[in-house]
Amino acid sequence: MLIYTLKRVLLALLVALTVSILTFGLLHLSSDPAVALAGEDATEEDIQLVRVQYGFDKPLPVQYMTWLTNALQGDLGTSYYFGIPVSTLLAQRLPVTLTLGSCALIYAILFAVPLGVLAAMRPNTWLDRFCLSLAVSAQAMPSFWFGLMLIVVFCLWFPLLPVSGSDTWKHFIMPTIVLGTNAMPAIMRLTRTGMMDVLATDYIRTARAKGLRPNTVLLKHALRNAVIPVIAVIGIQAGYMMGGTVIIETIFALNGMGLLAYESIMYFDLACMEAVVLLLCLVFITTTFVADILNAWLDPRIRIR
Amino acid sequence: MTVLLEVENLTVDIPLAAGDLHAVRGVDFTIKKGETLGIVGESGCGKSITSFAIMGLLPQSAIRKAQRLAFSGQELADLTQEQLSDIRGNKMSMIFQEPMTSLNPSYTIGEQLIETLLRHRKVNRKKAVERAVFLLEKVGITAASSRLKQYPHQLSGGLRQRVMIAMGLMCGPDLIIADEPTTALDVTIQAQILSLLAEIQNEFQMGQILITHDLGVIASVAHRVAVMYAGQFVEIGSVTEIFEAPMHPYTQGLLACIPIPGKTKRGSFLGSIPGKVPTLIGDQTGCSFANRCTYAKEACLLKDVDMVSLGPGHSYRCVLSSEICHQNAREAACT
Amino acid sequence: MTTQHGILKKISGDDDIIEPTPGQIMRARSLRHWGLMIGGIVLCIIVVLAILAPGVAPHNPYTQILSDRLLPPVWDSQGSMEHILGTDQVGRDYLSRLLYGARISLMIGFATVLLSGFIGTSLGLMAGYYGGRVDMFINYLITVRLSLPGILVALAAVQLIGGSLPVVITVLGFMLWVRFAVVIRSATMQIRNMDYIKAAKAAGCSSFRLIVTQILPNVLNQFVVIATLEAAHAILLEASLSFLGIGVQPPLPSWGLMINEGKDFMFFKPYLISIPGIALFCLVLSINLVGDGIRDVTAPENRN
Repeated sequence: MLIYTLKRVLLALLVALTVSILTFGLLHLSSDPAVALAGEDATEEDIQLVRVQYGFDKPLPVQYMTWLTNALQGDLGTSYYFGIPVSTLLAQRLPVTLTLGSCALIYAILFAVPLGVLAAMRPNTWLDRFCLSLAVSAQAMPSFWFGLMLIVVFCLWFPLLPVSGSDTWKHFIMPTIVLGTNAMPAIMRLTRTGMMDVLATDYIRTARAKGLRPNTVLLKHALRNAVIPVIAVIGIQAGYMMGGTVIIETIFALNGMGLLAYESIMYFDLACMEAVVLLLCLVFITTTFVADILNAWLDPRIRIR
Repeated sequence: MTVLLEVENLTVDIPLAAGDLHAVRGVDFTIKKGETLGIVGESGCGKSITSFAIMGLLPQSAIRKAQRLAFSGQELADLTQEQLSDIRGNKMSMIFQEPMTSLNPSYTIGEQLIETLLRHRKVNRKKAVERAVFLLEKVGITAASSRLKQYPHQLSGGLRQRVMIAMGLMCGPDLIIADEPTTALDVTIQAQILSLLAEIQNEFQMGQILITHDLGVIASVAHRVAVMYAGQFVEIGSVTEIFEAPMHPYTQGLLACIPIPGKTKRGSFLGSIPGKVPTLIGDQTGCSFANRCTYAKEACLLKDVDMVSLGPGHSYRCVLSSEICHQNAREAACT
Repeated sequence: MTTQHGILKKISGDDDIIEPTPGQIMRARSLRHWGLMIGGIVLCIIVVLAILAPGVAPHNPYTQILSDRLLPPVWDSQGSMEHILGTDQVGRDYLSRLLYGARISLMIGFATVLLSGFIGTSLGLMAGYYGGRVDMFINYLITVRLSLPGILVALAAVQLIGGSLPVVITVLGFMLWVRFAVVIRSATMQIRNMDYIKAAKAAGCSSFRLIVTQILPNVLNQFVVIATLEAAHAILLEASLSFLGIGVQPPLPSWGLMINEGKDFMFFKPYLISIPGIALFCLVLSINLVGDGIRDVTAPENRN
């Protein structure tokens, strides 16, 4: 278990490093940041000045190494647009996004897992078909459109919820629903398949042959094994959600990382963009890592070798 | 001796897309306390389905019918699911074919052993653990108390099957159904497990149904033998009757497949039964063995063949008279 | 002996049952599959309408008639048959824009899948066929790509390069190859270990030839399934990018862009966002249904 964990940590670090190189290279190569920064009316001299001032004239690897050493010390540079250190910005915005993400994840799990289990218990009944249709519809729903429609319903037709902002818990309700609905189909489908596979196994038959009550068989013997693959998918979905916040926070003007990402992209704020991409990537790596470790811990075949 | 299990005209139909699969067609037998009934037959002949039907473990779509299916005088069809689960694992338990997959990978051996006892008896965990250790030692597992903390994947197939047997014995059942308990195991382990089962059955005076396709196993362990073919019992009798005076052509064919040391000539062909098992999907009429039978006549196909009784406990399902069957057996033995 | 033979034949009777051909089985299964049928019909209608858009559309989707701004659709009391779905904020006919928008969505879906399918399949085939270090490296690539917050990177890339249809397609194509690679890799691994591949290898068949003639046809089913699902994914992503204003640029009638332009008026004219949204939902839903259906029909054992 320890060796397994260490291996996973090492892989995670390597992936994080590669991603940072990739984003840095991609963002710096795909356009000339100095041109964007200097503004539309800037002369060639102005651009050259900006280039030297921000160190864009140095070779890319050198720029990257400078950035990396600074980043490791907690200095992510200063945002061109907001004019404050990027690390301060992130510290302000991250809690909002993490709150939104966890709410959405809990909401998704609370709906998807029980529905998946129910569908697996009664395959090919109306209940199963209902769950499947729900999953298929949620999968095809453009999340930005779903968000706008919720605003129309709950702010225009039945004025119950605030349209935008991030001040009270009420502001988080619609974003949570939209973001969570996005993650539901994958979790529900996998719970259903996992549960159906497990229910067909020999050890479930053994459990029934022992005279255990149906609920014990289902909750103790079946669910425990069926959730193992589901946890991995939840980890991945949690990571995807971080990317999804870009759209949802923009629609609901929720002042989190997603909105920050949108703003920095709109205003060519390179330092901020890099930091946000890297941070979201780290969140993804962490969630999948936690899911992997949780998996291994739940499955004695991996835990004890 | 008291009658433990009575099965009368048991049928199991499984609806499939291509039509109904008649997996078990009119099976009758009884088991007394302390008696071992061996059921032999080829794969797919309905042996396992019969045992699942008795335990109430059939797939949801399967339809079970029986004139009488009584355990200790109690008709099983009248019981609710709750009452049935009170009997399962308690008075009547089952050992499955695949020890590798029949244990839950997520729980320790100990947990899986004691939960049976905790379900059916009012005992505390400590007592249950003591019982588990006692039974694991009984089935020949050393260092039993440390094994309790192990997970199934840490044990070999033979050990797992011993654990399965111990699990079946946790509540001291009256009847134990062993469904090919040794097929998945190495030959050397097979003998150990079988003698263990026989020993335990004898010690606790349980009734036992031993399902297998191995006639050698049956000969050494069972008291009575039922030969199953295409969902029906084609012959049932005591071990001596079946092995000394087999009546049904299928039984005779099966026995001809076993080489006997000193009797079967070196280099001669082992017996085999030509043809293949008929499909059990759709309506069936006539003798289902007719397409492989050397003695088949038009009459075999016209109507279903009933069991013919030869005396207490021995009966067979064939249109031929007992004299002709004897004659056939002798001729077959000569060639 | 002859009579016996006759009996045997009569009983066994196996020869009388005519096995349906795989094609017949497939067709029968498809016709019984509700999702596939409904999805297929809806998708066909959308495709036909998109192709025939210049003929079917009642107006030019780009012509602005400022006097006809924000006309309501026909079911509204003030609506008219002139503009069945009304007009947008600069007086363009909404139905015509919707029809032309279908072309953009379908093109995005198709072109993106061509690119991402090529990348993903090549990587998956290589990883699955060669194994070892190649496999490790490609697996690592997959992990890295999965860790990148996709939509964010796409947004940044499109913004930096400049939004246009080809740029969006390229960026999405370089993003959506992962699932192709993962599935094709495992399928190839399974096939590689089969005896007939070993036999072909032993007979001196070259790797390239082996991949193209033996392995590729066997992973085709899975490819088609992922291709449909990823096309739907690409269409959704394009709509999201365009909605955020960093994708296809105006005045192109991308559905995402239409929702973006309509959202300022959504409290007064909700139809401006509901109509393109429903169109988007129907298109993506029908493609997903077709994809799921093809998977069920070709490999019912892999049902999910």
